[in-house]
Amino acid sequence: METKFKKIVLKEKNTDFEIRSLDTLCINESELKHSWYHNIKYFFVGIFFGIVLVKAEIISWFRIQEMFRLQSFHMYGVIGSAVVVGIISVWLIKKLKIKTFYGEPIIFHPRQFNKGQIFGGILFGLGWAITGACPGPLFGQIGAGFTVVIITLFSAIAGTWVYGLLREKLPH
Amino acid sequence: MNFIEYLKQPWPWYLAGPLIGLCVPLLLIIGNKRLGVSSSLRHICAACFPANISFFKYDWKRETWNLFFVTGILIGGFLAVTIFRDPNPIKLNTQLISDLRASGIQNFSSLMPTDIFSWNALLSVKGLFFTVIGGFLVGFGTRYAGGCTSGHSIMGLSTLQWPSLIATIFFMIGGFIMSNLILPFILKL
Repeated sequence: METKFKKIVLKEKNTDFEIRSLDTLCINESELKHSWYHNIKYFFVGIFFGIVLVKAEIISWFRIQEMFRLQSFHMYGVIGSAVVVGIISVWLIKKLKIKTFYGEPIIFHPRQFNKGQIFGGILFGLGWAITGACPGPLFGQIGAGFTVVIITLFSAIAGTWVYGLLREKLPH
Repeated sequence: MNFIEYLKQPWPWYLAGPLIGLCVPLLLIIGNKRLGVSSSLRHICAACFPANISFFKYDWKRETWNLFFVTGILIGGFLAVTIFRDPNPIKLNTQLISDLRASGIQNFSSLMPTDIFSWNALLSVKGLFFTVIGGFLVGFGTRYAGGCTSGHSIMGLSTLQWPSLIATIFFMIGGFIMSNLILPFILKL
């Protein structure tokens, strides 16, 4: 009983779906420990991702304005087709029970709704239209030579920090 | 036209979108990682200034892959404007150009309007708004929402999570409000 209770509490507390180590207590998953150089492969995936973000002009403030002013299909096409490919890929991984290179099973955990997705969502949307960047393109903009975006990035880090500070007082 | 010349052109959505989508299975298969960028900002907080805040007290070292990933994005951005450099100006919707011109933007040649995103413009009201205020909202909002465009809109929707759909809808609502109702006034400041 007690473990069950703990599981529920932890699930509710973790509103952050991108961070797995926060989930590991409640999902009973074996996380392999690797030396740091195993992370280099993510650096190369990042390079690939960054090239796509810049070459498809997803980092462009202008393209983001076009999207929000319904003046271009481009960004809708990018996000829509990415989601379609993602859905098919995840479906195949589940269907064929595909494992990682290290032989670990790939498991998907349901996300839970909280009001942060509404309030935080709107706040991020406002910021997205101002900066012309979500977090990925922030790094892309800097790499593409718009070095002043370093200030934007520092401010985004500050925003994340302030959220952490105020988290208990915010409605979730 | 050779292959490199082809790649130097702006990539169409039907090439870029699927390539981004393929990052989802790629990251899963090479190490059980979920695509997501905004959490890197949290790891930086946890690593550099945790300040005894419980939200930043976790084992960020287990998430270093994410910092490698975002460093890669930065380098990828650099490669995209060097070896894959497109010499032509960005092609924009003519209505957008005339709207923005009326709001005082003059430079339409690069991916960003250098009128507002440059070191020279930084210390003006507009410059600070577009970098400091905008950045703060991106960092605060993504963490409050529990993810960003990659974590919610791509990864979350790929795994058919309805909370991610809600988040994505509110990202769009926020963007529509800012771009159409607020920015026209800010740009004229």
